[in-house]
Amino acid sequence: MSLAFLIEQLLNGLQFGVMLFLMAAGLTLVFGVMGLINLAHGSLFMIGAFFCSWIGEVSGSFWVGLGGGLLAAALAGAVIEIVVIRRLYDRDHLDQVLATFALILILSEVTRWIFGDQPLYLDVPPLLAGALPLPGGGGYPIYRLAIIVVGLATAYGLYLLITRTRLGMRIRAGESDREMIGALGVDIRTLYTAIFALGAALAGLAGGMVGVLQSVQVGMGEPVLILAFVVIVIGGIGSVKGALVGSILVGLTDTLGRVFLPRLFALMLPTAEATAVGSALASVTIYLLMAAILVWRPRGLFPVGA
Amino acid sequence: MAEPLLELNGLSKSFGALKACDGVDLTLLPGEIHALIGPNGAGKSTLIAQVAGWLRPDAGAISLLGQPAVHLSVAARARRGLGRTFQISSLASEFSALGNVRLALQARERGAFGFWSPVRKDRRLREEALAVLARVGLEERAEVPVTTLSHGERRLLEVALALALRPKLLLLDEPMAGLGPEGTRALTAFLRTLKAEAGILLVEHDMDAVFALADRISVLVYGRIIASGPPEEIRRSAAVREAYLGDAA
Amino acid sequence: MTNGLSREQVVNGSLLALLLAAPLIAAALDEPFYVSLATRVAILALAGVGLNLALGYGGMVSFGHAAFFGLGGYVAGIAAFHAFEESAFLTWPFTIGGSDQLLVVWTVTALVVALVALAIGAVSLRTSGVYFIMITLAFAQMIYYLAISLPTYGGEDGLSIYLRNQLPMGDSAEPLTFFFVCYGLLLLALFVSARLVASRFGAALQCARMNEVRLATLGIAPFPVKLTAFVLSAVITGIAGALFADLNGFVGPSMLSWHRSGEIMIFVILGGVGRLFGPLAGAALFILLESFVGGFTDRWQLILGAVLLAVVLFARGGLIGLLAGKLRHG
Repeated sequence: MSLAFLIEQLLNGLQFGVMLFLMAAGLTLVFGVMGLINLAHGSLFMIGAFFCSWIGEVSGSFWVGLGGGLLAAALAGAVIEIVVIRRLYDRDHLDQVLATFALILILSEVTRWIFGDQPLYLDVPPLLAGALPLPGGGGYPIYRLAIIVVGLATAYGLYLLITRTRLGMRIRAGESDREMIGALGVDIRTLYTAIFALGAALAGLAGGMVGVLQSVQVGMGEPVLILAFVVIVIGGIGSVKGALVGSILVGLTDTLGRVFLPRLFALMLPTAEATAVGSALASVTIYLLMAAILVWRPRGLFPVGA
Repeated sequence: MAEPLLELNGLSKSFGALKACDGVDLTLLPGEIHALIGPNGAGKSTLIAQVAGWLRPDAGAISLLGQPAVHLSVAARARRGLGRTFQISSLASEFSALGNVRLALQARERGAFGFWSPVRKDRRLREEALAVLARVGLEERAEVPVTTLSHGERRLLEVALALALRPKLLLLDEPMAGLGPEGTRALTAFLRTLKAEAGILLVEHDMDAVFALADRISVLVYGRIIASGPPEEIRRSAAVREAYLGDAA
Repeated sequence: MTNGLSREQVVNGSLLALLLAAPLIAAALDEPFYVSLATRVAILALAGVGLNLALGYGGMVSFGHAAFFGLGGYVAGIAAFHAFEESAFLTWPFTIGGSDQLLVVWTVTALVVALVALAIGAVSLRTSGVYFIMITLAFAQMIYYLAISLPTYGGEDGLSIYLRNQLPMGDSAEPLTFFFVCYGLLLLALFVSARLVASRFGAALQCARMNEVRLATLGIAPFPVKLTAFVLSAVITGIAGALFADLNGFVGPSMLSWHRSGEIMIFVILGGVGRLFGPLAGAALFILLESFVGGFTDRWQLILGAVLLAVVLFARGGLIGLLAGKLRHG
């Protein structure tokens, strides 16, 4: 096993991690500020991917497509918030789960209606085609590196937004005291719609970028959504910092587990069995990680409130 | 001297830099009402939470009926004989008053065990529950859902639930809160008859009730007990006046 | 009222009678499709009765009951697979072969599901609220991926069951007989649930839902009560899964998917949360909608989504609430 291979796998894990972060950030913000669990977040990811590839194809530019996908997701988020989600803030979690599950069914079907059953594909934009050489031979796709950069930049941007801006101040106030922020004369309805749309835009951005790496199809948001749940459970629900740490942890664990566990078992077992046992175990490592962290810290690594 | 029902030794609990409980020593003897008073933020809630088992102290010992209890869960302490009421009524909201008391009685007997026979058809349990409700004057309201009971009735139901456990000691957290003069007078009289049955650690803001009832009073300020003794002594204590009663006047 | 029957009891009785009458009439008219439809209703209602114990009475919003449903299916599938191949599931430390005997399959299902539920419950119940929802979902997903990564048992493609499970008396391959088996188990589960909910244990469980602090203060530790209910709930849903695999002659990862967890939850909610017969009403409504709406449009999921959204937002009592009036508390 070469150094280049190791670096490649680490970068893959990191790329997967930041992509999860873009999803988890929106989920955790919405939960932290509005106390809402949103299963339909994966649908916003899907909407971002579909609009990105469609607009990208029509306009001939990936970048226009990406912008379009992001906006479409944000817009869809705002509409959903106004029509359905805001009725759910003072409901219990069961109602929120069911209503947003219903939204998944509706959004998936509507997307299928508009775009058909055939998966869409997106090409790597020319600007980001090619690979960066790694030490010891081989190369790493520039596009994946770009995802890492965008993800980390978004994390930094969110940090600045939450700590430095008026919107961020309101977000933090909303986390600690919902009534007070209302008393201060901030229009809380608009604030909530804005936060929800922001989360949706991040999901749309993730969907658009991932559309190049995998086929764009209905249901693509669901596996990502569940992993994002694992991430925020690990990180502490409501904590953006926890979402970042959790994402990278899950991204690395999952990627490295899939690569190295079968090899590890190959040292002890015949190849066929090693592959079977190794890949079975690799598919459950992050859940075991989550269970271990919860036994140790039931409210996640960075518990909010308490 | 009789063995204390409850004994706290050097109990300490901090939240960050705040010492909410700072080396508290306290005893509750059989047959007495020991009142704990102190201004808001003195650490009464933290102390109660540690005695009841919701908070684990950073240091110090708690013993219940002569046995160490620091490691015991809330439920285990209740089974040892610690009954309590809450500052804000805490009841099984969808059950009737009777249903609540029945649950307390079954808890004392064999917990949650019993998977088959319908609990409503258990005549003995019903009779016993009605008898407990009668002690606080709620027997007429037995079948009423808890949500439709008045505030005062809920306070009494809280006391009934604690009594149903046949406790050796009671931890009453502001039982008089919101009762009005009439209710306070009635409950004061009731608690006086109760103390022979179970020692009472009483946390209460109503000073008239405290001085009328308590055999001993401890004053908690900033997590420390600054004075402890019979009511007359506390009334005369300069330190207490300065730290507490002075503020209130 | 002197007749002693409440409106809800009348509704419940009618539901049971309808479910029994439908396949009898269908069989008389030689319409096997409707017999199998009624069997599906009975099985899915059974899965819902299981979840209702945890969710409706215990307040544990488990979004992972597909794990138990699918596990039951896989136990039935794997037992049949080894019985068909005449191979062993395990050769060490002792030999476990396959089986096509229903009673054996059910017993093994109950044991396996109980053990898994005990492990999942023990970790998940350390948390509460939204954490609990997400963790049960995540564990179910873990089992889903585990099933996919098992090539011996079909991996992503699932496992066909070539042997119909056998009863000591009667032929379970005969559709009407199999319906009676499922219907009987549903009745049994409803009866057991009713006794359980009314018992001392049930009182403690419901108190754990309403006010855990109160329960602990009375001297009953909430955790074991909730864990027991969670395991019982999982076992009932697991048995339903074993029946479902038998009915379809197939078990695959889709039985474990999180959509399935959502569906089982929908049965409970459509029927009415905290109603004993809610899952039956919900499953019946679901299957009827699916087969009739699905008959004239392939946008059935859209309709289901809209109905579910409407029920959650505007009709929280569910179908039984609509038919029998508000829930009465005792």
